[in-house]
Amino acid sequence: MKMPPDAILSARDLCFDYGNGQGVRRVSFDLWPGDVLGIVGESGSGKTTLLKLLGGLLAPSGGSLSYRETSGEVLDLLALPEARRRHLARTELGFVHQNPRDGLRLAVTAGGNVGERLMATGSRHYGRIRQSALDWLTRVEIDGARIDERPTEFSGGMQQRLQIARNLVSGPRLVLMDEPTGGLDVSVQARLLDLLRSLVADLGLSVVIVTHDLGVARLLADRLMVMQGGRVIEEGLTDQVLDDPREPYTQLLVSSVLAA
Amino acid sequence: MYVAVKGGEAAIDAAHAWLAEERRGDPSVAELGLDQIREQLGLAVDRVMAEASLHDPDLAALALKQAQGDVIEAVFLLRAYRTTLPRLAASLPVDTAKMAVERRISATFKDLPGGQILGPTYDYTHRLLDFALAAEGGEVPAAPKAKPGEGAMPRVLELLAGEGLMEREAPPEDETGPVPDLTREPLSFPAGRPLRLQAMARGDEGFLLALGYSTQRGYGRNHPFAGEIRQGEVSVEVEVPELGFAIDIGDIVLTECQSVNQFKGDATRPAQFTRGYGLVFGRGERKAMAMALVDRALRAEELGEAVQGPAQDEEFVLSHADNVEASGFVQHLKLPHYVDFQAELQLVRALRAKALKEAAE
Amino acid sequence: MSADSGYNFAYLDEQTKRMIRRALLKAVAVPGYQVPFASREMPLPYGWGTGGIQVTAAVLGPEDTLKVIDQGADDTTNAVSIRRFFARTAGVATTTRTIEASVIQTRHRIPETPLTEDQILVYQVPIPEPLRWLEPREAETRALHALGDYGVMQVELYEDIAIHGKIKRAYDYPVEVAGRYLTSPSPIPKFDNPKLSDCPALQLFGAGREKRIYAIPPYTAVRSLDFEDHPFAVDHPGHPCAICGDTDSFLDEIVIDDAGGRIFVCSDTDHCRERQEGQAHENAA
Repeated sequence: MKMPPDAILSARDLCFDYGNGQGVRRVSFDLWPGDVLGIVGESGSGKTTLLKLLGGLLAPSGGSLSYRETSGEVLDLLALPEARRRHLARTELGFVHQNPRDGLRLAVTAGGNVGERLMATGSRHYGRIRQSALDWLTRVEIDGARIDERPTEFSGGMQQRLQIARNLVSGPRLVLMDEPTGGLDVSVQARLLDLLRSLVADLGLSVVIVTHDLGVARLLADRLMVMQGGRVIEEGLTDQVLDDPREPYTQLLVSSVLAA
Repeated sequence: MYVAVKGGEAAIDAAHAWLAEERRGDPSVAELGLDQIREQLGLAVDRVMAEASLHDPDLAALALKQAQGDVIEAVFLLRAYRTTLPRLAASLPVDTAKMAVERRISATFKDLPGGQILGPTYDYTHRLLDFALAAEGGEVPAAPKAKPGEGAMPRVLELLAGEGLMEREAPPEDETGPVPDLTREPLSFPAGRPLRLQAMARGDEGFLLALGYSTQRGYGRNHPFAGEIRQGEVSVEVEVPELGFAIDIGDIVLTECQSVNQFKGDATRPAQFTRGYGLVFGRGERKAMAMALVDRALRAEELGEAVQGPAQDEEFVLSHADNVEASGFVQHLKLPHYVDFQAELQLVRALRAKALKEAAE
Repeated sequence: MSADSGYNFAYLDEQTKRMIRRALLKAVAVPGYQVPFASREMPLPYGWGTGGIQVTAAVLGPEDTLKVIDQGADDTTNAVSIRRFFARTAGVATTTRTIEASVIQTRHRIPETPLTEDQILVYQVPIPEPLRWLEPREAETRALHALGDYGVMQVELYEDIAIHGKIKRAYDYPVEVAGRYLTSPSPIPKFDNPKLSDCPALQLFGAGREKRIYAIPPYTAVRSLDFEDHPFAVDHPGHPCAICGDTDSFLDEIVIDDAGGRIFVCSDTDHCRERQEGQAHENAA
């Protein structure tokens, strides 16, 4: 497949069918370095399924997915050998689950959780691994004194920040996020959004973020794709889509946010 | 003192002699004959044959005698013998449709072609100790038995399948290909249904019973009905290449259970009943039923059901169903572990010393 | 036909031995890789050395001299039982002297006496999968091995240091064989781990219940997992053997009274006897 020369991720005609009429139908898009793409829509619109296809958690029934490595080499993510895929998933890619319990090892300390990617890619110096873990805990505003505690002792917001640190420690270029602020209290959400926004900007990350919360989308995303029934029905710059929606469905989505 | 810790050959010999004495019991009581065990403890003999995967009532009786009635120990003895036997031939699949049925019941239809046959069952006995059995020499009057069915006795599930209500068993991919043999090839996962059934047929009855029971209590529920249970003799046939046709080498008693389970259908398949299958040597009906429940539970993934209970987890079931393996590994804890324990002792002492030193500082 | 008529030499039939030898060849060709094999039911219980026995039966010839140890000792009951099994079914010579043996079957120890190129050390293995406690599923652990994906084990060691200040594994300490496969050395004390590496003898591992065989060929590098700044180290007990006075061998602790009295003696009974004999000789001279 042809990939625009400066894109980092390109999807073409991605499809997935759950067998009950739901799924993802022929979704295509390009993602650029430093680009934050929000995917919005009601539950059942296919947005989380799309993210799982991008993250390799589900195998699409059709379409193509290409990724440009740091080296410039273009990889066909759907045909990548398992060893290569796992390596990529713990170096250049990140996946932040809605429920931090799905993305953390609950029986392992905070330090071990953050250090895992480093160890999986060959780090064998305990002191340096621990220092990196400490640095990252600090960056996500977790007290370094809690490095040897297990995530089960953390609040929901802290668990989510720990999951983010665990992903960012390897210096990924592309991070996929599934409702990262879902399930958190409003005040906790605000703090996490602030943190995410500054991290994304500081690190120049490319991000695909799925959310049903248009407030989150407005704060984080540069561009939006609106999904309905497994299809992308509208896309554009965030402000443009939210302030001047073209599709009636998008108008409904936006107005419900205004009502709320 | 040091010698007392470590055993010796003399101790082992003495232990074996003592065991022989215990096994014989009071010498003034008549010794058990293998024929007595075979004829009067038939269900124990059946279970030993089933879990040892060897149909030989006389050797199973010997194993039971040698093991003082410990069924798992007897299974172990018979298995260790079985493994030394040459494989002369593989029989043709036995045809349970042609079984000389002694017992046949269906919980899904009140009556059906061939009828319901109760046969020799404990089902409706009142579990009252029969003190008459304690007295010896009682004559047992002949039981009234119906003549073996003249007409056909179609399998209940085939009646449903005829209407399209019951799934058809998918034929094996290679009809003439070799049947996998668990005792000759290492088990690997995913194992597939033929190997699963083989493992369960020789698996521990208690383990399968507990797992089957767990599916009825919500750990992987699949709405079973006892579609049909049949028990009786089938003939075993072997094809002799020199002759070019199959010859009958004898009859064995089998118990077969087919369960009828619900399946709500999916994108490609309309709603239909599905089946679970159990087959064991002899009259091990409890085992055949438990096996059918677990067989169906293990098909969860194939049928697109959520895997939630241990009975639906192929690796869990097959890795733990074998009682000879389980018994050996549980009991190996009796073997000396003082090297490992010594290493642990050193470690715990070092960790404690470190902690106490830090606390003192 | 063997000493005990009715069974083949060393109990197993020749076809089974060939099957095991094929697995052994593969194991030697891919050091540290667990080769599935069709483990037979043995007349000894699973967990009591059926894997080691099958490997020994497959490599044993009539000219061999067999030594069997359990916890380092020749006279522990299970060692006696296995030695008798082969004396009975193979009629081979047996010995308690490490230097005289051509095949040594062991449970939980490596002899103190250095092994030679003419010897084979056969280990009895209860759980061959070093990742089993971290991942119970065979399908997944096999994928982790195939991909060399061992980060999860390193995390486990990190946790030990973070919480306890040191790696908390006293036995069955995981190793990397020939720079590739993560391997269980069987439950030997980590005291014995350095002997695994660059050993002149062929080391074979048999797990009967789990149906796996693996090997460390002669002179293969074996690395005990560690961190650069927390290198693998052996703990010495800090006592001499109460009988032979050795300060460098692995010691058993024997409780001698109910007032906390204890002595430490060599776990390797042959090694201890040799030293005692050497001392008696010196004293006589």
